[in-house]
Amino acid sequence: MSVETLPILTYPDERLKTECEPVEQFDPELREFAEHLQYTADQGPSAVGIAAPQVGRMQRLCLVDATRAKRPVDNHGPLVLINPAITNWKGFAVGREGCLSIPDYTGKVIRAETIELTAQDAEGRTVTYKMKGFEARIAQHEIDHLDGILFLDRLVSRHADLRER
Amino acid sequence: MNQPWLLLTLVGADRPGIVAQVTRVLFGVGAELGETAMMRLGNQFAIMMMVRGAGTTDEVAGLLESTRADFGLKLHVDEIDAALHQHREPDVSVTVHSADRTGIVADVTAALLEAGMNILDLRSDVGGSADKPIYIMQIDGESSDGIEPIEECVARLADQGLTVRVTPLETMRG
Repeated sequence: MSVETLPILTYPDERLKTECEPVEQFDPELREFAEHLQYTADQGPSAVGIAAPQVGRMQRLCLVDATRAKRPVDNHGPLVLINPAITNWKGFAVGREGCLSIPDYTGKVIRAETIELTAQDAEGRTVTYKMKGFEARIAQHEIDHLDGILFLDRLVSRHADLRER
Repeated sequence: MNQPWLLLTLVGADRPGIVAQVTRVLFGVGAELGETAMMRLGNQFAIMMMVRGAGTTDEVAGLLESTRADFGLKLHVDEIDAALHQHREPDVSVTVHSADRTGIVADVTAALLEAGMNILDLRSDVGGSADKPIYIMQIDGESSDGIEPIEECVARLADQGLTVRVTPLETMRG
């Protein structure tokens, strides 16, 4: 299989504002898509995550990879999260976010400081994670994509100054 | 070819409706707005706007003359060598507070410059009360030499009675 870079949709494409459908088929095609998606994120400017709808596949699949943070942070390694659902939230923090689908703009967003989530992996097995800080921020950003929500929808004041993580 | 960007600066007593009136006039002649920033400083209204497509500096000043006079504003228009899509991302934030005294901004910014920090955004306020003012400053910037020199310079500022916090920033992009 040759790995391809998939075209990234950019704002204001309506698909970025559309809720995605659950993944039901856990087959080789799905795993191949996840590899293309990872390769696509790798070609962008220092991305730590990407979601399927950003390349026009309207299914609940996203990648989270906090190992790519510039400074080391707590992480669970590179993750493929399918049909993810956040089951618990705790605390909040302000951080700056950008998006592959929104070039040349970053802004401050409040996210839960720690989350628990359940999802399926690329084989369809149920997985659960407890994430905090930067990794939790990535997961919340990517899961928002699956619900048609962009970080632009969650911007707070430029001068918001809760402790940054 | 696009006309050059002009930087329009308006300052005066803050009253409702200034931005709406100014932008209505500019929109009426087909002007394009770029990045803008408005703030209140010392009970005064201040706004800077990138504008193009509304003519020369003198023509823009002429267009806005009646608005300027209605609101009692000071207006300044300069041609600038500016471009959009030039955003830069801060990777460090510095917060300073102390009892107010002269020289805080000069001391802090000189120390940060020496530590290799390029300031991208600075906001300072005087709070507290008239007889016991406090000074608060928030600075975002780029640390060309890493965060360690900034933390060392902050330790020296603490010796001068300033409370300073340095926070590394990382933009999450996904």
